Amino acid sequence: MSEIIMLEVLRYHPETDSAPYFQRYTVPYQDDWVVLDALNHIKDHLDATLSYRWSCHMAVCGSCGMMINGEPKLSCHTFLRDYRGAVIRVEPLDHFPIERDLVIVMDSFMDKLSSVKPWLIPKQDKPPSAGEYLQSPAELGVFHQYTQCINCLLCYAACPQCGLNEDFVGPAALALAHRYNLDSRDGGKDARAEVVASNEGIWECTFVGACSEVCPKHVDPAAAIQQTKISASVDWLKDLLTPGGHR
Amino acid sequence: MSRRPYLRKVERSWWLQHPRYISYMIRELTSLFVGLYCVLLAVGLVRLSQGHSAWDGFVANLSSPLGISFQSICLVFAVYHSVTWFALTPKAMPLMVKGEPVPGIAIVGAHYVAWAVVSAVVLIGAGI
Repeated sequence: MSEIIMLEVLRYHPETDSAPYFQRYTVPYQDDWVVLDALNHIKDHLDATLSYRWSCHMAVCGSCGMMINGEPKLSCHTFLRDYRGAVIRVEPLDHFPIERDLVIVMDSFMDKLSSVKPWLIPKQDKPPSAGEYLQSPAELGVFHQYTQCINCLLCYAACPQCGLNEDFVGPAALALAHRYNLDSRDGGKDARAEVVASNEGIWECTFVGACSEVCPKHVDPAAAIQQTKISASVDWLKDLLTPGGHR
Repeated sequence: MSRRPYLRKVERSWWLQHPRYISYMIRELTSLFVGLYCVLLAVGLVRLSQGHSAWDGFVANLSSPLGISFQSICLVFAVYHSVTWFALTPKAMPLMVKGEPVPGIAIVGAHYVAWAVVSAVVLIGAGI
């Protein structure tokens, strides 16, 4: 008899269910299968009503983040072989409302992301005819790791502050704000500060560090936030000591 | 089709559910003892300003079994707090030298060196 593995999946259909519940599925075990393959097997062969997000199957798109045995992970990056002989519990990402089964509502994140203006705000606008905004490899190196974020939201699921305060701007958005603040072509730090340096911004972070531990792209949002705290404090002090500098 | 998103509540015991949250809470708890020791130092300053006998009484209290126990507990928590904080410093204070990042171990090491130097200066200043 071929080997099998058990998945315990959180189900929630808003039309019929008053609260989520777990449903067990038995799927064939394969050494090279990830949890996403097992979910696809369920969807294709056992239960077509199961809903979940996925796209690339290669840890690039950031769609398939889920709680796997209580740990936020990309389901396309989590092999069944690491759970051999055990039941794998699959739940939607923590700290987000559940839309249906493993699908979360991420509207709040989209609002937070746009609130930190994660795009280049040039110091001085120039016409296209004036040429590119040039940057050296060393200048790129300063912020490169923070460009690797795929918005998978594992960091939000890992961060207890995100669960305790829904207004917290959160790790990924703050890391992206830091990425643009560090960019030599950017002049938008002050424009971002209103949100970034607010109570719901960097100061809500208590440096648990879980965001960086679970990040599948090694972005290290915790580092970005601590660096922003230092930079915001220096800016605040400069503002205080500069005559007429109070905002 | 009706939308009815379901939000699961964070349980009060969230910090017991993963070792990383437990060690974080221990680090937070150590702040309490670091704070208490700061209060003790502030009380010492007040007693010093009140004259010789007030200061002597303060020092005598510090030397009592209760005083020594309290300071020992504070020392253990302060060391835990410092060591865990030093381990995090490369994240908060990354350095670039000639376009290359300074290794984390060098940043952590610099903090231990600074700790040793400051301790030595204090101990020498105190005549120990």
